[in-house]
Amino acid sequence: MTVGSPAPAHTTNPMHEEGNPAMKVELEADKCVASGQCVLAAMDVFDQDDDGIAILLEEQVGEDRLDDVREAVAVCPAAAIRLVDQ
Amino acid sequence: MVGASAAGLAAAETLRREGFDGTLTLVGDEPLAPYDRPPLSKQLLAAEWEPARLALRTPDDLAGLDLDLRLGVAATGLELTERTVRLADGSTVPYDGLILATGVRPRRLPGEGAHVLRTLDDALRLRDRLTTGRRLVVVGAGFLGAEAASVAWRLGCEVTLLEPAPVPLAHAVGTEVGEVLTRAHLDRGVDLRCGVTVTEVTEDGVRLADGQLVEADEVLVAVGSLPNTEWLAGSGLTVGDGVVCDEYCEAARNVYAAGDVARWYNPLFGQSMRIEHRTNAAEQGMAAARNLLDPEARKPFAPVPYFWSDQYDMKIQAYGFLRGHDEVAVVAGDLAEGRFVAAYRRGDRVTGALAVGMPPKAIRQWRQAIMTGADWDGTVPSGSRAEPVSGGAPA
Repeated sequence: MTVGSPAPAHTTNPMHEEGNPAMKVELEADKCVASGQCVLAAMDVFDQDDDGIAILLEEQVGEDRLDDVREAVAVCPAAAIRLVDQ
Repeated sequence: MVGASAAGLAAAETLRREGFDGTLTLVGDEPLAPYDRPPLSKQLLAAEWEPARLALRTPDDLAGLDLDLRLGVAATGLELTERTVRLADGSTVPYDGLILATGVRPRRLPGEGAHVLRTLDDALRLRDRLTTGRRLVVVGAGFLGAEAASVAWRLGCEVTLLEPAPVPLAHAVGTEVGEVLTRAHLDRGVDLRCGVTVTEVTEDGVRLADGQLVEADEVLVAVGSLPNTEWLAGSGLTVGDGVVCDEYCEAARNVYAAGDVARWYNPLFGQSMRIEHRTNAAEQGMAAARNLLDPEARKPFAPVPYFWSDQYDMKIQAYGFLRGHDEVAVVAGDLAEGRFVAAYRRGDRVTGALAVGMPPKAIRQWRQAIMTGADWDGTVPSGSRAEPVSGGAPA
């Protein structure tokens, strides 16, 4: 098994990762089930309204917060979050 | 990865994300790309969503994982010493690392013709039949049965809900909370009958233990699940209500389990558990993948379990491990209003919380209390314990 340095997420184009760290977060709020898992994973990118539905605080995220947002994408039980190249 | 649902997919994504660039085989017995199951008893059954919305990833995202995808073929055997998995099509897949995520299947009752609700096919078949005026009998008033009953009621069906326990879900959520959930059915005219045992499904409905026939046009059996472990018989893995794992989700060297099928030791609660929650599938898939990839830095999997359930106009959310609790206390809101947070004690610790109709902030602090193993007496206001409380389990 090969363990290299952290590789970019599958949604990124590796060619863009180094030079252009900012990625766009997409949230499908009507899929949201109000679990709040995204807030636990990336508190400065997501919040919840009074019904618990996720709110996007930042649409563009830089390299420093990509790991947290990727975690949020992975743990969202509704598959309502995507991270996309711009 | 054996199992191509939420846990298997989360494991695959994590392995790629953490830099694994070898061959990644994902085996699934259903012919479909990974899809989401919670909506099957909610939006999909209500015909609010079409199947395409259930896809967990876009075709592009899946392609980006560069998987050797074996869909529509079940795993039939595991050879630990040779490190191979046998598939139903006769092929053999060698592995260096293995993640077992074969999930569960519904328990059934004797007799033919009943619906179950686990796969997309199951849900579509049932939804075709849920037309206005149709008589539906749901056997089992657990979370799945209650969700299906609430959808069928909304669609105009005549719904009967049959439950063996005196109060539905009391063993999990406690009697008082169980009664709130009961009231939701009764208020809408759903014919909930507790303390009845169904012995078989017949052509005309279901037969009860006392011989009575409850007539139905459609029957849904929602009486729990069985872990899919038969294919591991003779493999040498320990199987006992799930694949038995340690706190790292490891079942044998380089063999891990995740999701509904995994019974692992959760150090946060000091006990072994098997959790059939959507969020656990993803989290455990990720944890197992990380531990497999980097055993030197492996971490115990010690999550606070979380689930939600939509029933009528209620969104029920629960954190922690509620089963086997010693005490329940209403710590916010009011049971009678159907808006509340209930906290659960086991020993001297806060081990669970369940909320209905409360804002996220009211719930989050309780998750925190569970995560830190907060002392019950120091966390739960003594005034709130003046509310009627009970043990969910016999003392």
